Amino acid sequence: MVLCLLTICFVCSALLAGVNVLTRGPIEKGRVAKVEKAVAAVLPPCNIVSERQEIEVDGVHYGYYAARQDADFVGCAIESSTIGFGGVLSLMVGIAADGSISGTQVLSHSETPGLGAKCTDPAFSSQFKGWDSSVKKLEVRSKGGDVDAITASTITSRAYTLAVANAVRAFRDINAVLNGDSVEEQNEITEGGQTNE
Amino acid sequence: MSKLNLITKGLVKENPTFVLLLGMCPTLATTTSAINGMSMGLATMFVLILSNMAISAIARFIPDKVRIPAYIVVIATFVTLLQFLMQAFVPTVYDTLGLFIPLIVVNCIILGRAEAFANKNGVIDSALDGIGIGLGFTIALTLLGMVREILGNLSVFGWKFCQADGVLAFVLAPGAFIALAYLIVVFKKLTEKK
Repeated sequence: MVLCLLTICFVCSALLAGVNVLTRGPIEKGRVAKVEKAVAAVLPPCNIVSERQEIEVDGVHYGYYAARQDADFVGCAIESSTIGFGGVLSLMVGIAADGSISGTQVLSHSETPGLGAKCTDPAFSSQFKGWDSSVKKLEVRSKGGDVDAITASTITSRAYTLAVANAVRAFRDINAVLNGDSVEEQNEITEGGQTNE
Repeated sequence: MSKLNLITKGLVKENPTFVLLLGMCPTLATTTSAINGMSMGLATMFVLILSNMAISAIARFIPDKVRIPAYIVVIATFVTLLQFLMQAFVPTVYDTLGLFIPLIVVNCIILGRAEAFANKNGVIDSALDGIGIGLGFTIALTLLGMVREILGNLSVFGWKFCQADGVLAFVLAPGAFIALAYLIVVFKKLTEKK
């Protein structure tokens, strides 16, 4: 009896270990490709994107990718997460050098299909493109802002808006870091790159 | 029982969803759209065929007292295998179904077929039984997903035929119960006539 169960478990573990080794590469590649695609989708036109770097703003860590067109800083993509209706709502927010939003994309969410899940629709997310937060308020209309919420999904809309607003706040600090001493800025990038490897 | 019969009985006479009412958890939870329902059905079919074959092959070496844990280990192995493969090669499907894939382990259709069929029959018959029941489950889930998607989102397989909003309740949990109940009624009516 014991021998039988032992054999079954042993064969099964060996099988799973084998498949795990085979699929680990593609899974990791897929994850990286997804992030890279999101970064490219939200950034303004650029030809150099830095490695992932981190910054701490108000005790929260934000990962970000700085973008350049040749030597000019054109903006950065910031990972920003909040709690939505069904769980963590994770966004990639692109912000141009002038502080306006160049694009937003959902990285992962667990919102209700047909309701909150509509936050991935361009119908909702495209309103943030070109958003200038010094003119328009990043808050849903019911709370006195300028964001059109998704019908019957105010919690998701608010979470999305909050994530974007947090990214805008984080951008101010990132901008200060990047526009400091240019030598220091170079170090920052290489350091960030190394810690990721 | 003829070989063809093994497949067709899973579709109609022993349809796991409409007749046996087994595996209700994934049925109700994943059928928010036709494509989700179909993916879940196919994923379950994959596990069902493989576990049926494996169990029918090893059943006579397993002492009766430990057969359930042994079956569960075999089923869990195939489910984990499927999870790895889906994550690696169809990440978009994995993103929508991710949470429900591990739940296939406790889907009573699979353990039910292992107990009721696979441990008494040959490898080939068990594979055919897996195909039949799996197809029945897939068709049922696709149908349910389609009904809910049409009513709730006014679209079929992601193609939106009308730009208005649908009846949202059908995409949410209550709609799953209502749609399933009506589908069972229709299924019963159709099969009674035969």
